[in-house]
Amino acid sequence: MLYREAGQFKTTYAADQQVFPIRQDRIGVIALLVVAFVGVPLFASEYWFSAILIPFLIFALAALGLNVLTGYAGQLSLGSAAFMAVGAYAAYNFQLRVEGIPILVSFICAGLTAAGVGILFGLPSLRIKGFYLAVATLAAQFFIVWCLTKFPWLSNNSSSGVISTQRLIIFGYELTTPVEKYLLVLSIVVVLAMAAKNLVRSATGRAWMAVRDMDVAASVIGIKLMPTKLLAFAVSSFYCGVAGALYAFCYLGSVEPDGFSLDMSFKILFMIIIGGVGSIMGSFLGAAFILLLPIFLDVALPFVAELFGLPFSSATVSHIQITVFGALIMFFLIVEPHGLARLWQIAKEKLRLWPFPH
Amino acid sequence: MIKKFKPAIAAAAVSLAMLSQMAVAAEEQFFPMIDYRVGPYGSNGQSFYGGFIDYLNYVNIKEKGVNGVQMTYEECETEYNTSKGVECYERLKSKAAKSAGPIHTMSTGISYALIDKSAQDKLPLAMMGYGRTDAVDGSVFPYAFPLVTTYQMQASAIIKFLKDKNGGSLAGKKIVYLYHDSAYGKEAIIAMNAEAGLNKFTVVQIPVAHPGNEQGAQWLKIRQERPDYVVFWGWGVMNQTALKAAQKVGFPRDKMIGSWWTGSEEDVIPAGEAAKGYMAATWNVAGKQVPVITDIEKVVYGAGKGNMEDKSKIGTILYNRGVSAAVLSVEAIRKGQEKFGKGKALNGEQTRWALENLNITDARLKAIGATDLLPEIKTSCANHEGSGKVKIQQWDGAKWVPVSGWIEGNKSLIHPLFQASAKQYAAEKGITPRDCSKEK
Repeated sequence: MLYREAGQFKTTYAADQQVFPIRQDRIGVIALLVVAFVGVPLFASEYWFSAILIPFLIFALAALGLNVLTGYAGQLSLGSAAFMAVGAYAAYNFQLRVEGIPILVSFICAGLTAAGVGILFGLPSLRIKGFYLAVATLAAQFFIVWCLTKFPWLSNNSSSGVISTQRLIIFGYELTTPVEKYLLVLSIVVVLAMAAKNLVRSATGRAWMAVRDMDVAASVIGIKLMPTKLLAFAVSSFYCGVAGALYAFCYLGSVEPDGFSLDMSFKILFMIIIGGVGSIMGSFLGAAFILLLPIFLDVALPFVAELFGLPFSSATVSHIQITVFGALIMFFLIVEPHGLARLWQIAKEKLRLWPFPH
Repeated sequence: MIKKFKPAIAAAAVSLAMLSQMAVAAEEQFFPMIDYRVGPYGSNGQSFYGGFIDYLNYVNIKEKGVNGVQMTYEECETEYNTSKGVECYERLKSKAAKSAGPIHTMSTGISYALIDKSAQDKLPLAMMGYGRTDAVDGSVFPYAFPLVTTYQMQASAIIKFLKDKNGGSLAGKKIVYLYHDSAYGKEAIIAMNAEAGLNKFTVVQIPVAHPGNEQGAQWLKIRQERPDYVVFWGWGVMNQTALKAAQKVGFPRDKMIGSWWTGSEEDVIPAGEAAKGYMAATWNVAGKQVPVITDIEKVVYGAGKGNMEDKSKIGTILYNRGVSAAVLSVEAIRKGQEKFGKGKALNGEQTRWALENLNITDARLKAIGATDLLPEIKTSCANHEGSGKVKIQQWDGAKWVPVSGWIEGNKSLIHPLFQASAKQYAAEKGITPRDCSKEK
């Protein structure tokens, strides 16, 4: 009833080609943005900003990057965390070594650096595919972390290899509170997410999908495999790089190479698997699921335990949390192998017919 | 008029009385416990935090808290994961607004991430034997306390121990520094190099990549180099592997000296015979000969409030380390109450002051039953470390035996390194250092 597109006629090409062709979607997205930019800062507490919303947005961005590569271009990668590390260290070094560089410019440069590294490690994708490519990107994961540990110049000769990020100053204004950092992260994520949404609808995005579905067929219809695949690596690494820079500057404030471990790469991969491979929205849903559910369980389980008078120690709670989390992942994958984004799509379709399903 | 209001006044008086009574009953010192009991290092965390919590309960039961203030805590599991640690910190922060004991994270990564935040929120961060070591300079890091000693001072103390063993000189000797290739392993390099320059020995650095369960190449190199000693900065599974590898290439174990993260029972028992004779530094001793440890077992476990599920771990290195950390924290609370009012809980700012003005003498340690458990400590604004002393202990195949007294590292060599590093940090972050001469 509410979600019905009957009567919405497209009279121009522009109207037909817009990002959200259905009016309800447009209203929904605008409402969501208003809530995110205005509503949330008014009501959320500091805990929500620094512990939940900022990491959620950053990981959603990283998942988005991986989704471009894996979901749209079909190249499996296990090196997302390493590309984030490149972004984090690059942003730090640009701030450190280039006098007076604006922070946003150094974020972009960090993204570009990560894109360069991504292209380098994307080269094997021209020859190898699938799981074998995953192993090649695994090499990126280990090599980059090793590199950042090995060369002290990259961490400004810090005796421990840990870098402490510089202050966040934009147009002479210093961002210090969690709310300000949240708004900065949110703005960057919104811009990049919109860019990604448009990119995957463009000729480039269609070329990626053609390569994903069958690369021989794609090359037969005139898509050049090399530039297409490498562009996917570049764009994906750019997103991961920016996410890494935000992770260092807006979330933790100090990072070490070991923090960007294989575990983190897997976490990002699970985000897109749970959220939905080949879906922009899926990246956000997946990030929310993987990041927020453990926190929710962590907070909720002791309450439940108390309710039933169960003598849980904090270690037991952690173990149960991991078990429940694993079980939920399996449940969702069995119920909907295409991820949460697909569930949302089904819901939308049902809503179109509601309340008169046929 | 008054008549009319009488019941209201009476009610107000009663509720006021109740309120004040509640306030008296609610005087509690809260400890935010950002800890870990699961994950790769879970067993270490269980012993450490088990000891910590046992001591808090011990103080609550034995002397009804510090001047009547009960010690309370809330745990939050980090799994040694930095982002989870930050989440935990943010979660417990609001609860710690009124009263806060020092935060112990037992993780270098989490400590680094919390340094700025905790200073902003005015919550004291303790990093005993890890963490950002240049926080020794309290003028730049008012809220961070690398208490007791640091990696650099430890390396210096180990060199001093070796020097004394060799008749006061290490000139011409060769020492291999075998380390975990991470922030933790790299921190001591600067101290090793400084000591090498001063004492005219050569250092050969050999890194081991995480997790370090394969060290064939490294030990082959050690065999080629024929060093006089191996100073060993390992972590987790790397420790037992190194001991077994040393046995394989025939390097004498009593020429190997490890850091305090390589010297727990968990590190040597899996290596079996290979660990016999191996030495490690520590800033707290193991064993139940320390009166307070046996007393905890009697009082806390007697009352059924013990935190350790595996009671056999009571008296191990890490358990005793947890107790030592709690001893220092509780002593800080005591010190703070002397200044800010006995029987009152301290907030983060007050605890910070107390941590900066600790003065725990051997006599005091003896009075609380912690005789020789840890070295004497006297902190100040310029010195958040307070001691810089370690003991060398040796594994005899069944237990750790101390083989030295408390050895202090070369402060005049090492502390300027901290100050230089802290100064650089202050410049990067735009912090104006406090003037320590004006602190009291």
